[in-house]
Amino acid sequence: MKTYEQINNRIESGKAVVLTADEIIDYVEKKGLAAAAKEVDVVTTATFGPMCSSGCVLNFGHSKPKIRMSEAWVQDVLVYTGLAAVDVYLGATQLRHNDPANMDHPGEFRYGGAHVMEDLVAGKTLQLFALSYGTDCYPLREIRTYFTINDLNQAIMLNPRNCYQNYNVAVNDSDRTIYTYMGTLEPKRKNANYCSAGQLSPLLNDPYYETIGVGTRVWLAGAHGHVYAEGTQHAGGGSRTPEGIPKGGSGTLALTADMKQMSKEFVRGTSFRGYGVSLALGVGIPIPILNEDVLKRTCISDREILAPVVDYSHDYPQNTGKVLCHVSYEQLRTGEIEVEGKKVAVGSLSSYYKALEIAHLLADEIKRGDFRLAEPIAYLPKDTKMRPLVAREKPS
Amino acid sequence: MSQTVTKKLMLFFPKCECEKPIIYHLVKDHNLIVNVFRAKVTPEEEGYLALDVTGTEEDIQKGMDFVKTFNVSINTTGKGITVDEDHCTHCGHCITHCPTGALHIADMATREVIFTESKCIECMGCIRVCPYNACASAF
Ligand code: SF4
Ligand code: SF4
Repeated sequence: MKTYEQINNRIESGKAVVLTADEIIDYVEKKGLAAAAKEVDVVTTATFGPMCSSGCVLNFGHSKPKIRMSEAWVQDVLVYTGLAAVDVYLGATQLRHNDPANMDHPGEFRYGGAHVMEDLVAGKTLQLFALSYGTDCYPLREIRTYFTINDLNQAIMLNPRNCYQNYNVAVNDSDRTIYTYMGTLEPKRKNANYCSAGQLSPLLNDPYYETIGVGTRVWLAGAHGHVYAEGTQHAGGGSRTPEGIPKGGSGTLALTADMKQMSKEFVRGTSFRGYGVSLALGVGIPIPILNEDVLKRTCISDREILAPVVDYSHDYPQNTGKVLCHVSYEQLRTGEIEVEGKKVAVGSLSSYYKALEIAHLLADEIKRGDFRLAEPIAYLPKDTKMRPLVAREKPS
Repeated sequence: MSQTVTKKLMLFFPKCECEKPIIYHLVKDHNLIVNVFRAKVTPEEEGYLALDVTGTEEDIQKGMDFVKTFNVSINTTGKGITVDEDHCTHCGHCITHCPTGALHIADMATREVIFTESKCIECMGCIRVCPYNACASAF
């Protein structure tokens, strides 16, 4: 048994033993669970993949005379201005003004909110254009100016949903190519796409949310941020394997951190042909090895994690809930799975390569004493289910 | 008989040279086997051509000397398709869309994705599907 305080003291003295979630598997096998639990202080987990429910709050400071922005665009991407005078929220999936979207199907979606976020973190000069109806206290009606992240008072990433605990494997059973947020899917189940770091993924290493909760300090694209709430669509109560691994989406996290501390290689705008724009983001989360149980759960391997295979031509869009079968991440990583007797080539959307890099970067920071762990101030619910949106008649 | 080799080339034709039957002469006068992957004439009437030529080193050299007399620039590194290493995240989405394995996973442990230029047939599949805008075409 260790406490957060004991672990943090070891981190501070530079003596902490830190391993990544893939290294820990062999380590525990070699040393045995009890001995390893005594030795190891922290296991680092990570993921890097598209996370649509991402965005950021920007504060521009005040112009002379002042403006209360009522509509605004950054790089021609509409931002939300229903906040205070010069606060805006930039959403990752927002398209650039005049983007033809899917008018000429499949659209290319070359630039949107997520690309603005990437450019912002990269320190590029961006254009702000804002309009206002004008008030006595905020008389300016229009402004066009140029800024970098350094000119802003705050640039705070505020993501309602990141780090899906587990995720679907998408296939296409129709006879035409389909374009989805899970990538391009060829007809007749010719290819499959998955999107998870598997054995490295944060919530798969802490399936019952014993250490990752509200207040947990996280590594977000190089900045130190934290979990500020359960993520949207968090549904911890779905069906699980005997090891506790959810067989579907399940848990999610709402994350925040200062964008001024982020590095650009971990904040990447993505364009999904025929679908739209999303943000690929690097997240690292440390798991304190408080006891043997916590350690045991971090030893989960790709072989034991199952993902549901779902038809994105019918069952996903029509919300039928049908799952074709479950496959393990070990199978997915071979590049080929078998679905109902047919071999299907597998591609991925999240980058295991980047996730591994992040897990090591975080481990190094902790070993150097530069990253301390924070104990959650509240835990994520384990019993909630996902609610549907019901199209109802207007109540009389 | 000396050994035949295959070289991947990218030719750039300035406006004035687009209408000359250069490829015909490569085949007929220089005994080269030509496999064209992709050709394009821009609205400015400049032309690009990505191709494989197969023949003896000597014939290929003579063929290239002939092409050069037309003010056509030859890029022997054949960079019709490029994968920007700084932009590639090694996600692996392109793998199932690349018909030749030019884009492939080099190391199963780190899952690093590598682009082997010589295997690329310039189908543009990766450009269409790469979400990170890492793949590009010179023309
Ligand atoms: S899809 Fe793009 S980013 Fe992903 S591995 Fe291929 S080239 Fe790299
Ligand atoms: S252009 Fe086609 S063959 Fe070449 S790397 Fe891209 S997908 Fe593969």
